[in-house]
Formats: sequence, C-alpha cells, structure tokens
Amino acid sequence: MAGGSRPGRGSRRGHGETVTYSVGGGALRATGQLARSSEWRLARSSDGWDNSEAAVRLSEGAGLRGAMIRRVLPHGLGRGLLTRRPGTRRGGFSLDWDGKVSEIKKKIKSILPGTPCDLLPDTSHLPPEHSDVVIVGGGVLGLSVAYWLKKLENRQGGMRVLVVERDHTYSQASTGLSVGGICQQFSLPENIQLSLFSASFLRNINEYLAVTNAPPLDLQFNPSGYLLLASEKDAAAMESNVKVQKQEGAKVCLMSPDQLRNKFPWINTEGVALASYGMENEGWFDPWCLLHGLRQKLASMGVFFCQGEVTRFVTSSQHMLTTDDEMVTLKSIHEVHVKMDHSLEYQPVECAIVINAAGAWSAQIAALAGIGKGPPGTLQGTKLPVEPRKRYVYVWTSLGLPLCPRLCKPCPHLSLQEEEPDPANLEVDHDFFQEKVWPHLALRVPAFETLKVQTAWAGYYDYNTFDQNGVVGPHPLVVNMYFATGFSGHGLQQAPGVGRAVAEMILEGSFQTIDLSPFLFNRFYLGEKTQENNIM
Amino acid sequence: MWDLVLGDRRINSLRLVAPMWNGTRGIHRLGGAVVPEGNQKKERTMLQFLTDHFYDVEALRGYLLQREMCKVHLKNRFRDKEWIRPDKYGHFSPEFWNFREVPVEAVDASDCEINYEGLDNLLLLKELQSLSLQRCPHVDDWCLSRLYPLADSLQELSLAGCPRVSERGLACLHHLQNLRRLDISDLPAVSNPGLTQILVEEMLPNCQVVGVDWAEGLKLGPEEQPQDTASPVPA
Repeated sequence: MAGGSRPGRGSRRGHGETVTYSVGGGALRATGQLARSSEWRLARSSDGWDNSEAAVRLSEGAGLRGAMIRRVLPHGLGRGLLTRRPGTRRGGFSLDWDGKVSEIKKKIKSILPGTPCDLLPDTSHLPPEHSDVVIVGGGVLGLSVAYWLKKLENRQGGMRVLVVERDHTYSQASTGLSVGGICQQFSLPENIQLSLFSASFLRNINEYLAVTNAPPLDLQFNPSGYLLLASEKDAAAMESNVKVQKQEGAKVCLMSPDQLRNKFPWINTEGVALASYGMENEGWFDPWCLLHGLRQKLASMGVFFCQGEVTRFVTSSQHMLTTDDEMVTLKSIHEVHVKMDHSLEYQPVECAIVINAAGAWSAQIAALAGIGKGPPGTLQGTKLPVEPRKRYVYVWTSLGLPLCPRLCKPCPHLSLQEEEPDPANLEVDHDFFQEKVWPHLALRVPAFETLKVQTAWAGYYDYNTFDQNGVVGPHPLVVNMYFATGFSGHGLQQAPGVGRAVAEMILEGSFQTIDLSPFLFNRFYLGEKTQENNIM
Repeated sequence: MWDLVLGDRRINSLRLVAPMWNGTRGIHRLGGAVVPEGNQKKERTMLQFLTDHFYDVEALRGYLLQREMCKVHLKNRFRDKEWIRPDKYGHFSPEFWNFREVPVEAVDASDCEINYEGLDNLLLLKELQSLSLQRCPHVDDWCLSRLYPLADSLQELSLAGCPRVSERGLACLHHLQNLRRLDISDLPAVSNPGLTQILVEEMLPNCQVVGVDWAEGLKLGPEEQPQDTASPVPA
C-alpha cells in the first residue's frame, strides 16, 4: 500500500538515498497506473495529505506525473528543494508547499510551453486512494468509532482511518442539533452501561481527548437529574426499571408523590403514582464542544477527513455453502466512491472496512451496499429500519421556578409521546408546541402557564422503527460493513461507549467491555425486538 | 485545625479564634475572623511594614504567635485529651484506633488535591457537618453533583477559591437542604457572581450564603454613589 512508502519522520530527509527510494516508488506507481487505466478518470489523487504531519509531499504526490517531473526538473532544483535549509528543525519541514507548487508550475510552463496545465493538480480536497477503514458519517458516533479505532490499535499508525462527512457545517446533523442530555434511566442494562461509561468519558474528557498545546475542553456540563413520572399503570414497570438501573450502578431513586411535592413543590402531582429521579451523572452538555474536541484529537492522531458524499460501493461476492448446504452470497465492499460537493468529481477509495455511521440517512448507505435487496422475509431482503424522524426543541423562560431560572427545559425532563411531524425539512412548527406540548406542560407545572418560548429548533432522530434501539456490529451478509447507528435520540449520550464497542468488534472480533450483542443486525431478520421502553 | 502559615502576610495580627463559634464547631477561615477596628489600622500597618522588611521582627512575631498557639491549645481539647496529631515522622499513634466509632464531624480539605474518585471517602461519613474544600484545584461541577449523600447532616460547606466550580455545579447543591452556611467567594469560573449569589440564596432559603456582595457588578445610579466616609454626615 502506498502508505508504506511514507516515512513521515523527516529526520532522514535531505539524504540522497532516502529521496531516491521514495521517488522511485512513485515512479513504479506511475507506471502501474499507466498500464492500468486507459479510461481517464475525472479525479486522480495521490495519498491524501490531510493529516497534520508535514510529510514530504514531493515524494508522495505527483503520482502519474512524478516520474516525468523528476526527469524534466533541473537536477539542481530538485536537490535544492530537498536539502535541509537553515531554520528548519530536524525532523520537520517548514516549506510553503502551495507556494512552491505554483512556482514549479510556472517554471515548467516556461520551460515546456506545450505541456497540458494539469501537472500536479491540486487534490488536497480529495480523500486518499487507499484507506483501511472508511467511516461514512462524521457525527459524534462516526468520530467516536474513529477515536477508539486509533486508540485501541496495536501499533501506532497501524490503521489508516478516513472519515467521510458530506456537510462540514453539520447543519442537519443530529449531533449539533441535539439538546445534549445524558441520562441513565433506561430499561435495558446495555443502555445503562453505555450511558454510565459515557458519563465517565465526559467527566474525564480532558484526559481522553488531550491534544498538545490545545486548551482544555469545557463541556459546560450542567448536572441535573432527569425526573420521570409514572401513572398507576406504569408504576410497576418503572419500579422494575429502577431496580435494573440500580443493579448496573446508576444512582437513581424512586420518589412517592409526597416526596415529590416536598422536593419540587411546583409540580402538580395529580395522577402521578411514582417518580424516578436521577441523582448523579445526569444532565446536559454542549455537543459542539464534544464534536470539536473529537475532531481536534482525531486530526492529531492522524485520521483523514474528507468532505464528500458516498455514492457507490463496489463489492465483490462470494458464494458459499452453509452447513445445511444452502447457497449464501457473501459480499465484501472493496471500494467506496466519494463524490465531491457541487461537482461530478469523485474519488474511489479502496478500503477494507466500512462503518455506517450516517445517522438519519443510514438506510440509504445500507441500500447502496445492497442491504435489503432481496425477497422480503429473507436475510437478503431485510432492510436497515432506520429513518429520520423530526423532533423539536423549544427553549422557554418562565417565572416562579426557583430551581431553573434559565434553562431550555426544566430540571426534570418531561417526556411526551406525540404524533410524528413531517421529516422533509427542519422547519419548526410553533403551532405544534401551542396545541400539543404546552397544554400538557401547563397541566403538570402550573407555573408554565405563563411561559414564553424564546427559541426553537428541529433536528432528526435516527429513529429505529423496529425497536428504537441502536444497531451495532457487522452485517451478516455484507461482511465488512459495520453499523453504528439507529440510536433514536440517545446516540449522543452513548457515543463513547458505542464507538469503543465497534472498535473492539473490528480489532478483536468480539465485544470486550460492554456486550452489545442484543444490538446486532440479525435481530431484524429474526424478529427479536430489543425494546427500549424509556425513549426520550 | 490551626492552619497558620507563618509566612502569610495576611496575618497582620494574632487573630486566633477558638473553635467554639455560634454553637457549632466549624472550620472557620482564620483570615476572615476578626474585623480590625479603625484605630488599630495604623499600628498594624507599621508592624506589617517592619515585618516585611526585617527578619528579626518577623522571627519575633513568629515566636509570639507560637506562644499564643500553645496557650490556646491548652483550652482546645478533643474529649479532654490532647489533639491527635502525626509525630515528626508523619505517623499517628496507635491510640487513634480506639476512636474508630467516633463519627467525623468536620473535614478540612483545603488546598487538597482531592478529585472525583477521592470523594468516595468523604461520602461515607454519614454525620459530616462541616466540609471545607477551599482552593481544591480538582473539585469541579461533577464533584459537587456527588455531594447529595451528605444532605442530612451537612451544615457548613466552603468552596472558596475553587478554580473549576461554576454556577452549574452550584445549582446541584439544592439537595443539601440542611446547609446553614455556604461560602462561595472567589470562584473564578463563575461568570456572574452577584446573580449566582441571589440564585443560590433562593435555592437554599435556610442557608446563609457568604462570599459575594450581591451588589457587585451593579452599576450605581448617581444618587447612590458611595459617600466618602471622611466627609461629615449630612444632617
């Protein structure tokens, strides 16, 4: 792989023999490419140089033209660029590469006026040609998987990871639009364990995501527990849930209506039989800070980022017989086509593993790999049941609430089940609030009758229509696609744990710390629901 | 108990406060104990000046301080016995084990590098009445959210000078309903100290919140400008 020819440590730069080796490698590659492609692809790139290591690009870039340039460049110019200049530190390079490229282009034009002008084309926006792992989706789940892959790999620099995100402004990504809450009050033990691990990750975020010379991250974590209210008929379920939560180590306590009135006198406890209140490790934080921290750390770990959209998977199939002598077709993705924004240019990336962390749009990515193309009811015909669901967040102020003077929702988070709004866009429907949400709020908290909505926004849940729980792990038929999606509104708070689980699955072959086997893809075909009852 | 720092320039006079105060034993910051009177000011500054400039004066004051301390020690006893202190090697005498059942009432962890996991030890103390976490560098909002198990007994809490505590952490002190005295002075991470003081006072109605002047940061109107104390009071 081309990565092998990249030493990256510049300490041997300037010595003749190293230079020759690398450029010789370029020459070999160039001839290989000449032999291979008769068809002129619109985009051609060398290994991407998106990472922060200032590797010597002269030896790595060039590709097809590398050999020719080496021959036409005056020998002195080539040497002059590569000898160590005064002022460059040992092991580092401080050339102004882009400036140098334009100078070289001008020189070549003046020497050979007839050459076509796309020598050394600017390919810095393209992803590398080869990558071990391609992560589709640069939200918090995708970045978390990338982080843990790099953290748990056996050799430093052993794996090349590429994160492909089609919108670098994250304008529609669930991560940025999320409220950023974290809570342990789930009914499934795996969810509780994931949230607990995430809480400890966030608490120690500056140990996990420390980057030299960067300021420490301030998540603006606001500790305040979630309060869930249950009526008579749900009280038994809530009690058993709390029992499970306490067993897993979450600090949750049950409160009777009297205790509730005592603690929160502004709540109307009519109809409430039981309440559960989280005491520790619950609250909300700034998801942008987490996203930024992850991106920064990944850039320092050498992960490649690319802004583009995945449009095609090139797969190869293998027909195998199962133990029951049934024919099954196993597919393996060996190339990902990444298309650039606002252009037809695309780059094929050879890869070994693909991770589907595309959030609300995961089903489209899965369909590209042929998941779900088959007769319904079979494993081939089982689609990924994740679809985007629009959810609103309303921020209001209200007088008369001593505990929460300026919050976006009250200290206890009121959970409401309503009809689904249309997910075609992210417009906020204020009437929805007036008619559906506010009456319930005012009933439960009389002080909210006089509330004023300050702002509101909408975001997508990557809603798993099957059982509202995440999908994690490999697909049984497309053997090298791993899922990390479908968390239906609690993806952000479980991202660190899920990222680690997927990385363990890839590197070790099985879940090591938190066992997420109930979240594998097989359950959609087998029909076994891993239902999460406390969806917020 | 007596964290007197001899080199501390803030100790201008020998301010020693016996631990009996308001009927509850409290870790009361020595520096804020006694308000100097006006006529002592000039003497104090002269003495301070001499101490700053002459080692002899400093040594003399140190010696006098030690003498006063010994006197106070005689009055200040633990169950009619001397206080149990570590000896010169830092070891405690084995008699300490006799007091295993005695509940711990007050902990002074000022300037201590206690962190989130370290609080495990403090939270076991079910009868803790007074906790001082002044200037602890690793105490942050997450740590404050862990203090709720002490809600039944904790009456005094001091967080003065903790660099990582912000108003979000202070908000989760609402569990500590038995708190009578809370010190939140000098918190650099709190963005609006005056407003935070008001909110905390609202949150804990029975508690005396110390440390921030709520008028701090308010702009005074022209008729409310502070009068010069030297000018005669208008009749």
